[in-house]
Amino acid sequence: MDFDLDVATHADGVSVVTVLGEVDVATAPALRQELLRLITEGVSPPRVVVDMAGVDFLDSTGLGVLLGGLKRVRAKDGSLVLARAEPQVRKVFEITRVIEILPIHDDLDAALDAVRA
Amino acid sequence: MGEIELEIPARPEYVSLARQVVAAAAAVEPRFRAERIDDLRLAVSEAITNAVEAHAEALGEGRIWIRCHLEVAGDCIRVEVHDSAGGFDPDAVPSVPEPDDPSRLGFEHGLGIPIMRELADETQIRATDSGTMVELVVYRSASAAPGPDDGAPVA
Repeated sequence: MDFDLDVATHADGVSVVTVLGEVDVATAPALRQELLRLITEGVSPPRVVVDMAGVDFLDSTGLGVLLGGLKRVRAKDGSLVLARAEPQVRKVFEITRVIEILPIHDDLDAALDAVRA
Repeated sequence: MGEIELEIPARPEYVSLARQVVAAAAAVEPRFRAERIDDLRLAVSEAITNAVEAHAEALGEGRIWIRCHLEVAGDCIRVEVHDSAGGFDPDAVPSVPEPDDPSRLGFEHGLGIPIMRELADETQIRATDSGTMVELVVYRSASAAPGPDDGAPVA
């Protein structure tokens, strides 16, 4: 399966999760687990950017994991924002209107500004 | 013309393989637009994922059958996804609240069927003797498809 995750935590505590490959029913549990780890064990309040530039497929399971992450982050007064998505990935957020809850920033700097705001 | 049948174990790690086969089956027709193949890949993936999850709930190590029929004259691909996980009532799936509804964040599931209905030109979900059959039809381009909702029965 074509999937990989990388996490980099900046000096101010903001974590950038870089997701590569396909996010579906087989791979979404790994993303869920990583987000949960950052939210429960990382800096509080959690501030997380999910960089999706390397994601070539994402389905409803992936949307569910990101929505679950947002819910848990908000419960701890933190924030979670998305950055960079290929058109076919952005389309999934648009047709489900999840984009109204979880906007996708066009570049990483804008996402970092938003999560620090 | 082209008919392909695929049988996979009802397990998450096989969903990627199956959606790639279905997308490649549509791409045999060179006039199939790349954007429509993306729509097909995602809609089929949602159908197969539902079948995998139904088998997981039924505690069965079942199998899923996928049949693709590329209709060159009809400018479309017709895909059936069959599971044998018992029944499923699509009307029993709670509808997802509007995005501005505070309860919306509680819905981490339930987006698969809306995605299928949005992306496929026709979507039918039917109970069979052993489980559920989902039939999806995707046209090769927006202009090749019948008008919105024409002959697109709501399951």
